[in-house]
Amino acid sequence: MNTTANTAALKEWPLWEVFVRSKQGLEHKHCGSLHASDSEHALQMARDVYTRRQEGVSIWVVPSANISASEPNDKPEFFDPASDKVYRHPTFYQIPDEVGHM
Amino acid sequence: MNTLKTQHSTPNAPVDYLLHLADNALILGQRNAEWCGHGPILEEDIALSNNSLDLIGQARMLYQHAAELQGGGATEDKLAYFRDVPDFRNYTLCELPHTPLMSATAQGDRDFAMTMARNFLYSSLMVLVWDQLQNSKDAQLAAIAAKSLKEVRYHLRHSRDWLVRLGDGTDESHAKAQAALDQLIPYTQEFWARSPHEAAAKANGTGIDMAALQNDWNQIVDEALQEATLKRPADGGFVPTGKQGLHSEHLGFVLAEMQSLARTHPQATW
Repeated sequence: MNTTANTAALKEWPLWEVFVRSKQGLEHKHCGSLHASDSEHALQMARDVYTRRQEGVSIWVVPSANISASEPNDKPEFFDPASDKVYRHPTFYQIPDEVGHM
Repeated sequence: MNTLKTQHSTPNAPVDYLLHLADNALILGQRNAEWCGHGPILEEDIALSNNSLDLIGQARMLYQHAAELQGGGATEDKLAYFRDVPDFRNYTLCELPHTPLMSATAQGDRDFAMTMARNFLYSSLMVLVWDQLQNSKDAQLAAIAAKSLKEVRYHLRHSRDWLVRLGDGTDESHAKAQAALDQLIPYTQEFWARSPHEAAAKANGTGIDMAALQNDWNQIVDEALQEATLKRPADGGFVPTGKQGLHSEHLGFVLAEMQSLARTHPQATW
């Protein structure tokens, strides 16, 4: 790999997040990210890198800069309060036999 | 073998015609594989290897079919690894190095623009060829064409995209793309030159009329070049003769590298 060109690409090309749907009916799942000059370029690169073992039937690419993410520092107030609310899981219901597997 | 063949109601493609198609794919696949581990960025490195593996896969199917028709113990490996330069039927375009204007023994940096321009010129042709060959009277060849068409459509998309980016990019990328085209376009004249095996394939309904594809090919190329702000050099000059077995000095070096392992260990299996 030409490291000079690679470094330039990392600096000049924006980052894209790649989402791949593995089968019709399933949701797109985040599978990685790559640097590309525009969305079409990103799609083709994603096709070549992430779907060459038949992983996908559809690809989304999203500019990483457009994703708003929660801050790691917010973890205590965002997520910890849910830790003692086990009653939010519907595990206390008796499921009638005739319903079968849920 | 002949009696077996005459029992079929449908004709088979001439072996030399299958070898022509197979050799194009194998030699260009080998050239693309030279980028493996040397691509300008990781994703393009993988893209070029994907492209190469598609082409080598096409070559394998065609060699298997040719070997079966040829009989006499022929196998895909024997056809790929134990024939010499004059036996190869690929377009001269496919065997050229990635470095412009250098002798066969010279070492130079691979030029990405050369690689993309050649992949573009070749896949612009093969989308038309495979599309038509889906109607070949040789059922096996028609099936290979249907599979290959999908692959080469992506090769065209990939290489056209890059040609436009390079041509309509910086001054340096434009100059490199233009230099690549100036060098490669004259070699495409071989696409339309007549050859005995293409004529034989067309005559028995297993091949196609290459001359009839020229307008469509021109349109694909000219549209892309316009978008890329690149100029098409005029036709003229020497028409290469690779598909007749008369090659440039470069093919011998490609074969030497590609065939050396199989020839050193002829009984090896993998």
